[in-house]
Amino acid sequence: MRRIALTVNGVRREAEVEPRLLLVYFLRETLGLTGTNVGCDTSSCGSCTVMMDGQSVKSCTVLAVQADGSEVATIEGLATNGQLHPLQEAFRNNHGLQCGFCTPGMIMAGLGLIESGAGMDEEEVRLGLEGNLCRCTGYQNIVKAIQEAAGQMRQSAPAVQGGSE
Amino acid sequence: MTQVAEPEATRWVGGGLKRKEDPKLITGQGRYVDDITLPGMLYLAFARSPVAHANIASIDTSAAKGLPGVVAVYTGPELADEWAAAMPCAWPVTSRTYPGEPTADARVPDHWPVAKDRVRYMGEIVAVVVADSREHAVDATEAVDVDYDELPVVDSIEEAVADGAHVIHEQFDSNELYTWNLRNGDADRVFAEAPVVVSERYFHPRLIANAIEPRGIVAQPVPAQGEFTVWSATQIPHFLRVFLTLLLGIPETKIRVIAPEVGGGFGSKLEIYAEELITVALARKLGAPTKWTETRSEGYLATVQGRGVIQDMEVAATEEGRLLGVRVKLQADMGAYASLCGPGIPILGAFHYHGVYDCEAYSFTCTSVFTNRTPTDAYRGAGRPEATYATERIMDALARRVGKDPAEVRAMNFIPPFDQPRMTAGTLEYDSGNYGAALAKAKELVGYDELRREQQAGDGRRDGKLLGVGISSYMEVCGWAPSQVLGTLQYAGGGWERASVRCNPTGKVTVVAGTSPHGQGHSTTFSQIVADDLGVTPDDVEVLAGDTSIATWGLDSYGSRSLSAGGVAIHKAAERVREKARILAAHELEVAEEDLEWTDGKFQVKGAPDRAKTVPELAFSAWAAHNMPEGVDPVLEASAVFDPPNWTYPSGTHICVVEIDPDTGSTRIDRYVAVDDCGTIINPMVVDGQVMGGVAQGIAEALYEEAIYDENGTLLTGNMSTYRVPSAAELPGYTLGKTVTPSSTNPMGVKGIGETGTIAAPPAVMNAVADALRFVGVEFIDKPASAEKIWRVVQQAQGQAPPDRAPEGGGTGAASMTPGVEGGAA
Repeated sequence: MRRIALTVNGVRREAEVEPRLLLVYFLRETLGLTGTNVGCDTSSCGSCTVMMDGQSVKSCTVLAVQADGSEVATIEGLATNGQLHPLQEAFRNNHGLQCGFCTPGMIMAGLGLIESGAGMDEEEVRLGLEGNLCRCTGYQNIVKAIQEAAGQMRQSAPAVQGGSE
Repeated sequence: MTQVAEPEATRWVGGGLKRKEDPKLITGQGRYVDDITLPGMLYLAFARSPVAHANIASIDTSAAKGLPGVVAVYTGPELADEWAAAMPCAWPVTSRTYPGEPTADARVPDHWPVAKDRVRYMGEIVAVVVADSREHAVDATEAVDVDYDELPVVDSIEEAVADGAHVIHEQFDSNELYTWNLRNGDADRVFAEAPVVVSERYFHPRLIANAIEPRGIVAQPVPAQGEFTVWSATQIPHFLRVFLTLLLGIPETKIRVIAPEVGGGFGSKLEIYAEELITVALARKLGAPTKWTETRSEGYLATVQGRGVIQDMEVAATEEGRLLGVRVKLQADMGAYASLCGPGIPILGAFHYHGVYDCEAYSFTCTSVFTNRTPTDAYRGAGRPEATYATERIMDALARRVGKDPAEVRAMNFIPPFDQPRMTAGTLEYDSGNYGAALAKAKELVGYDELRREQQAGDGRRDGKLLGVGISSYMEVCGWAPSQVLGTLQYAGGGWERASVRCNPTGKVTVVAGTSPHGQGHSTTFSQIVADDLGVTPDDVEVLAGDTSIATWGLDSYGSRSLSAGGVAIHKAAERVREKARILAAHELEVAEEDLEWTDGKFQVKGAPDRAKTVPELAFSAWAAHNMPEGVDPVLEASAVFDPPNWTYPSGTHICVVEIDPDTGSTRIDRYVAVDDCGTIINPMVVDGQVMGGVAQGIAEALYEEAIYDENGTLLTGNMSTYRVPSAAELPGYTLGKTVTPSSTNPMGVKGIGETGTIAAPPAVMNAVADALRFVGVEFIDKPASAEKIWRVVQQAQGQAPPDRAPEGGGTGAASMTPGVEGGAA
């Protein structure tokens, strides 16, 4: 077992973990943050995407011990003071979700994309989402939601920092 | 695509209300099965067969039992006493020669949750581990030691029906489940006399549904009471409860099944699975909560797959291209066992291989066979995408044969517009349709005539790419009813749906629905219906579903039935509530009922609009019950059952425009236009969402997806990195349009929209691909049109490449299968 300490959604968390424990299971099972989902076992679907030190990562490709000392943000930490994040609003406004299972990962991937400063035309957003699969929506409304949120977020800089409060 | 949020006056139906389901889902507060953890919970993992066909010579579980955290390990024989019956087939189709009597018994072999002495597909469960954690359970499955005596593998449909084929279930004399026929008119005569006959063979590869939430189940027993609460990622909680009783012997009254948030289904969660039965059986046996969560790769082997059909499709026509007859012969791959509805899936398409065109003679034959592969069952569209693919591809072939534009041949063959039931050659009574309107609108949206001119002028090329245009004028059959007709089709269940509407004392409305959602937005749509019916807002309405203790009656969600059966039952119950409210209003306002009118969402006295009562006001007085009319019971609520008198028949035209790079074979979808007619639209935003998601799956079916097995019955595309589910980067944007032809089947005029995209898109895309490739001399190409396959057929057409492997259905028997390498069919 290894002792790790990290900040999750602005709160410092410490735990003893098995070295093989994946970050996604640390979040879901050790911390009870079940908003981050597991949709595959080959790092293909992106349902487990979270922000780690300002970048989006698939939390099934990160060991919990690798996240030691990091700042992690999950879907649960995105709304502040009861106010939905612009990405959350945009997903609802644009019908960017149906069953909702890929949605936390999609939103966090969208956040990572926007924070990375990437271009936001349709083609760029589609390419930026290549690592996240949705089986319900056909993606068009997800792309629109991310474009809409990006417009709002970049107007109202400073940019949101994943994981930092 | 801009959605209208504000309703007109009090009318909510037809408005693009934002979804009520979303707030929890966008904040991570939706609770799926895998999010449930209970005190003392035990975790299950399964040892599965790595071979497709073998006798189990021995199993040694002793090493597994000694590993850390392991509570128990069971083999098939050790659990045999848990089962009151084998796994169910609810649609045991039997052979028949003509419409009428069966000619043979149903061939449903026993399928036990854990294999007893033989395995018949890769992934079949051979042992169950129970441990104190997921990790310990999985670790121990690897220590289960099984000796397999391998048997010959039936690796394809051709292999299954070949002379001397190994018989997978030895109690039968062959691998055939049934041969089922439907005839109307004298097809042999029509085909013999027709001046034009076009024949093609199509192969539908097996597909994997890939609902993004894997399956999972949690069972919580109360041993002293003999009670169980079961959470399952299922489309069918009500059916699951029935089968838990039939298969485990637990009284229905002691089982509560909850389908919590369910992350997509597409037919793959319309099943009674071994893992569900085992998880509940072991909760009973061990007296502790049990849990199993599927891994994706495990699901590729253990979750039912879709399609797997070979079609020999023929049409007879006049020299002008007017359709005279349709004759189709199917062979369908059931996999190793008869799944819940698997045998019936090809029959779902049996009645409409003539699509939106009528003809004088119709002949359908289907032979379904066992193979040593994962069982097949419903996948979005289920039987109807296969039928529509054959119809719409052969209409293009017919157009080429008679030298006409594909749009013209379609238009000249359409059944003329109709608004009352109309009998067709396939013996279905279509409810209503206006097929020409959808084609015209789609042509206009895509700029059809201009595209054809561009194609002509550029010899099929645009900037060096091959330009192709494909049309699909589809119809489908949904609503899965009436119950009596389902009985004649040998389906075990009914087609009715039940709902209740309860007006709480403070004016809020509770709707209890028997359907069970998994992403379709039922809460939103159903709230809109009730809001209009009762003069409240959708926010005043809560919809409860997916819990057998709350929704005591229901037949769940599949076959696009939730609105056309379930939504209509809700509407009917709400109308009953309003009729009772009318009696109460008349009593309280001291007028005759005839003197009231329902205006602006309330009952008001004719000519005296200030004298009025709202439903919430009446709900309070009916609850207090201080002043009830003679003979009227307190409280304001009602329930209703709706058993639709017919199916519903959504339709439309999709047009796809592709650009293909002949040097690399890669296809880019330049435009995709979908014009759909689902009858009355409740929520256009939700409808468009269903269309786009369905089209995306249909495009994936056409261009990317294929479950490939080798000759040993090993699934080569066994995980999400080898089976190609497309991302946003591969898929196009969509242009959507609607026509509205209300259904004659139900009072709301609704038809259903959940499966139309997946039904319409594959032939639209493949007709476009074939249209583009004809400019380089390619005669035929079938699904999936991967870049490699296109490159190969282009090379072959130009005499530059050796022939590649024969695909299943290609007519040359079994051949080795390499992912993405496939040739055209005969």
